[in-house]
Amino acid sequence: MAFYRAHVLVCGGTPCELGGCRAVKDTLLEEVNRLGLSSEIRVLETGCLGPCDQGPVIIVYPEGIMYARLQPGDVKEIVEQHLLKGRVVNRLVYHEKKEEAKSVVTFESSDYFGLQERIVLRNCGRINPESIEEYIAHDGYRALGKCLTEMEPAAVVQVVKDSGLRGRGGAGFPTGLKWSFTAKTDSNQKYIVCNADEGEPGTFKDRLILEGDPHSIIEGMAIAGYAVGANKGYIYIRGEYKLSIERLQHAIRQARELGLLGTNIFGSDFAFDIEVRSGAGAYVCGEETALIESIEGSRGEPRYKPPFPGVSGIWGKPTVVNNVETLANIAPIILNGAAWFRGFGTEKCPGTKVFTMTGDINNEGLIEVPMGITLRQIVYGVGGGIPGGLGFKMAQTGGTSGGCLPKEFLDLPMDYDTLAEAGSALGSGALLIMDDSHCIVDIVRCFMKFFKHESCGKCTPCREGTTRLYELVTKITEGKATNEDIALLTELSRVMQTSALCGLGQAAPNPLVTCLKYFEEEFGAHLNGYCPTGVCTMPVANVKVG
Amino acid sequence: MPAEKYSSTPNSGLLSDIDDIIRKHQNRDGALIDVLHDVQALYGYLPEQAMKRIAEGLSLPLSKVYGVATFYSLFTLEPKGQYVIRLCESAPCHIRGAVQVLSAIEEELKIKPGETTPDSKFTLEFTSCLGVCGVAPAIMINDQVYGNLTPEKVKEILRSL
Ligand SMILES: Cc1cc2nc3c(=O)[nH]c(=O)nc-3n(C[C@H](O)[C@H](O)[C@H](O)COP(=O)(O)O)c2cc1C
Repeated sequence: MAFYRAHVLVCGGTPCELGGCRAVKDTLLEEVNRLGLSSEIRVLETGCLGPCDQGPVIIVYPEGIMYARLQPGDVKEIVEQHLLKGRVVNRLVYHEKKEEAKSVVTFESSDYFGLQERIVLRNCGRINPESIEEYIAHDGYRALGKCLTEMEPAAVVQVVKDSGLRGRGGAGFPTGLKWSFTAKTDSNQKYIVCNADEGEPGTFKDRLILEGDPHSIIEGMAIAGYAVGANKGYIYIRGEYKLSIERLQHAIRQARELGLLGTNIFGSDFAFDIEVRSGAGAYVCGEETALIESIEGSRGEPRYKPPFPGVSGIWGKPTVVNNVETLANIAPIILNGAAWFRGFGTEKCPGTKVFTMTGDINNEGLIEVPMGITLRQIVYGVGGGIPGGLGFKMAQTGGTSGGCLPKEFLDLPMDYDTLAEAGSALGSGALLIMDDSHCIVDIVRCFMKFFKHESCGKCTPCREGTTRLYELVTKITEGKATNEDIALLTELSRVMQTSALCGLGQAAPNPLVTCLKYFEEEFGAHLNGYCPTGVCTMPVANVKVG
Repeated sequence: MPAEKYSSTPNSGLLSDIDDIIRKHQNRDGALIDVLHDVQALYGYLPEQAMKRIAEGLSLPLSKVYGVATFYSLFTLEPKGQYVIRLCESAPCHIRGAVQVLSAIEEELKIKPGETTPDSKFTLEFTSCLGVCGVAPAIMINDQVYGNLTPEKVKEILRSL
């Protein structure tokens, strides 16, 4: 193998692609060739490096210097100065946007990176996602090999149980337990489904995991298949995620070629193969039973539970549905053991969580941190604080179906149980930060509009409820609402939370209920015809009343 | 995609294209959604005749095909403009100025969401989260996503099309 004195990793995730990373990469290659450096310097495209709003980004190794917001015109300087003469181009180096921070020399020593712990994203931004060889060189498919050659299926289920891994798709259900239900069923056909529908607003982790490390999902699914006795897998992925779909299909072809999918995998009698199915634009299809309906080619309307998919899923056969991030955790757990995994995170929520930070935060993008880290550490540590010297108003955890937490909750540990107690949810790991220039009622209206649009219409509490919630909240933003409307909103929310058929309708009131509780004053002001931030257009001029 | 596909109604030649698509997916269970994706890629929308042909080809009731086609927001029963602009109106984009981007598009094209320009060049629609929130606010025009938008930037993009 050739020895290169420097590696330049170009982030090829969708956010960087939108910023023009392909042109940057092409220019890099041209410059490197022009100077005759192609035998010394290797230019590679990798998965997401994290700081999405600063794209296109590249990292130059061995030094580990990250350059951000690059345009093709900047490339020549980097090649001539840094790669040829060893002089870092300060002008282009990635800076933490924190007010007090000086320029960061290496990416690994930044706060942004330092607080992170990368298990799920172990290969993202490190390997070329289109190369199965690179995945294998980083211990890829070794866990599958270990399972097939050294472990009984029951032992695999047991390790996952012992690890305490909980589903990362939102509900936090223990993965090992879920697998054990399906493993116990007696059926000639079982299925593994990877839920890559990722419709929760503010969430884009699964997309970047699939783009950056598609083989980790294939390996996780194959291990799940062996553990529960399934030989067919489906990856259900949003139709909008073009690059992820391409990468997956490419990875599946490679795995088949090397015999890592197909029959007699690792010389055993285990067979497993995967088919990619793409959704067609319906948020509710992320709900596991709706997803199953969609795979069967029907309208994606949720089913009544029980029976749960683990017992009766696709075509009535036992089906394990797991989130992308859940599956990405499997191979490291098998290789390193349950105790190792429990070394991260908290007792009840071991491991890490991948978050996507959006909104009014300096470092928008993808991060992976230990479970139980506080909101403050994320916002002011990894996130680099709030831009423009504005104050923190609230964080919405878990996406649009999560609750909104004011600054009193900044020291809350981020895990499934603590957030549920606070009326919110860890959910998919979406984290929306809002500064104090925004109106809380206006943003609640935006949340409610989403649910009104996405309700599938199957059950009445959700179909009617989401529309009424939206109308009532709109009335508040117009300064036309009364206390009775608030009472109605509260009652309707309770009805939906307790009687909607699926999680969509049950969770839709969450942001509203938490905001009514934690931002009572701001709602009160609107009832008095006054929007404190001046965002809502009120019938009378914005004069403060009382 | 070439523009002419968007306005065509299926004639017998095109119906045989549909048969090819059906044949490609036939031996897979639950293939209806994939068939609809491919047929829509062919015409730009799902004409009634095409849905009838799909129903026959897959031995499904037409009501089922229609039900599925109207459930998913990526499917459309009406021809749309050559460029379909889908504006993300989820919270992360909202916070980062999606409303201003919308106003800019409306001003530039003189249409509201749900409408198509008289020359059939542009259709404007809302969409839920596109999953590129790290570069909010974002829009998708046909298959291409654009991020970090400002009113000026979006006007520039529209003018370049
Ligand atoms: C409305 C709704 C949308 C959902 N969307 C997703 C999704 O996009 N991705 C996902 O993994 N889980 C989603 N879920 C959760 C799934 O129903 C299911 O719990 C999950 O896929 C199980 O995988 P896990 O145990 O690995 O978390 C959604 C649930 C509801 C109610």
